[in-house]
Amino acid sequence: MDENTIICRCSDVTLKEIRALIAQGYLSFDEIKRITRVGMGPCQGKTCGQLVLREIANATGQSMAELQFHQLRPPVVGVKLHLIAEEAERHEE
Amino acid sequence: MKNRADIVIIGAGMSGCSIAYNLAVRGAKNIVVLEKSFICSGSTGACGAGFRMQWGTEMNCRMSKFSTEFFEHANEILEYDGDIELRQSGYLMIADTEKELTQFRKNIEVQHACGIPSRMVSLEEAKEIVPHLNTDILSGAAYCQKDGFLNPHKTTDAFYRAARRLGVEFNTFTELTGIRVEKGRIVGVETNRGYIETRIVVNAANAWSQGIAKMVGVELPLYSERHQILVTEPVEHMQDPMVMAFNLNLYVQQSPHGSFIMGRSDSSEPRDLRRTSSWHFLEEMAKTIDRVLPPIGQLRVVRQWAGLYNMSPDRQPIYDKVEQVEGFYVAVGFSGHGFMFGPVTGTVMAEMILGLEPSIDASRLKLSRFAEGKLFTEPSVV
Repeated sequence: MDENTIICRCSDVTLKEIRALIAQGYLSFDEIKRITRVGMGPCQGKTCGQLVLREIANATGQSMAELQFHQLRPPVVGVKLHLIAEEAERHEE
Repeated sequence: MKNRADIVIIGAGMSGCSIAYNLAVRGAKNIVVLEKSFICSGSTGACGAGFRMQWGTEMNCRMSKFSTEFFEHANEILEYDGDIELRQSGYLMIADTEKELTQFRKNIEVQHACGIPSRMVSLEEAKEIVPHLNTDILSGAAYCQKDGFLNPHKTTDAFYRAARRLGVEFNTFTELTGIRVEKGRIVGVETNRGYIETRIVVNAANAWSQGIAKMVGVELPLYSERHQILVTEPVEHMQDPMVMAFNLNLYVQQSPHGSFIMGRSDSSEPRDLRRTSSWHFLEEMAKTIDRVLPPIGQLRVVRQWAGLYNMSPDRQPIYDKVEQVEGFYVAVGFSGHGFMFGPVTGTVMAEMILGLEPSIDASRLKLSRFAEGKLFTEPSVV
């Protein structure tokens, strides 16, 4: 596969960058995320997560099931702060 | 993993990595760092990515100035091939009460005595610095241009890589399970991956430090508490400084990447180690931002997370060699600002452990200050 392939579309992270970090011993999704911003964007790893995990699995010989993804956190999709504030105030009334 | 070490450091967040680097760069050998998860997985990795010199105690002012001066040259000093993303884009501290403004004025006197270039600013000037700030609800503000943003992951990574190049051994996913003490002195540590013989243990585990101290029968006067943050989608650059308020209870800044990072504290948080996310935080944060910086309310939140503050009774850290147990050192109780104090933490601890002349006097931060009642509380913490 072309190493310039974008793995994380939110943060423009390439396969090359991911492989370079794995080669340097960054062997978990969380570690790679913290350096490259992979999975930090609006999709929260829903696109890139499996791709990164597969790269780690290929490099370490672990199965994908053994590897840990980052902790899933709210919200499921992006929500405007103002709408949350408005709803919160409506509930308080 | 080595089975013998001169020094074992517990925790590979900013403090642990900086202590490891500072020891190694001063010539210490055989240093092993134990991290129960991955590098930067604890409080550092969950922090708000800010650093400031606008503090209320002389000690914190001096320590933050020392750290800031280090950060200004950290890429070069640590020979980092990445970028720690230092941006001295300022901290604007906003007040909505007279009482808070009076505190700002007092703080600025302390800051000026330490050579920190902070100043009071009028609401008009605050509005020029942050045009979308709702100054109608404010009474005044203080500002320091030299404060700003710093990437916690990359900064820790820079210390980690520099320490590793100097021969420090990092063991991730390696949990400390016990500390062996004989005749009042440390002789080794037990981990889930085996035993390491050592005479020196440095507790840099911040939120988890109380449990580690208990292993040698030491009770630290600390508690850990969840603090939450959220981040928005990235947008075009629209805000230079961190905006911080104690009474209105928020801090918010735009990262160089474009996303807004914001947090607030909650005095009703239980004192434990939970790091889950709460709906309550999201609502309170959204209401606060909507009121103080309305245009930011139009941005979408993409993630919220939680990290732990390790609170000390006077909101300042403890740097000490614990008297009861020979060979046991602590760098703990950072009360929410351990990341930005990283350089000073590493320097103070390395010099203490190696018996070198201290380059900054941190003797007031001894553990014994609590028993002696010599607290000097930091008034300005979110």
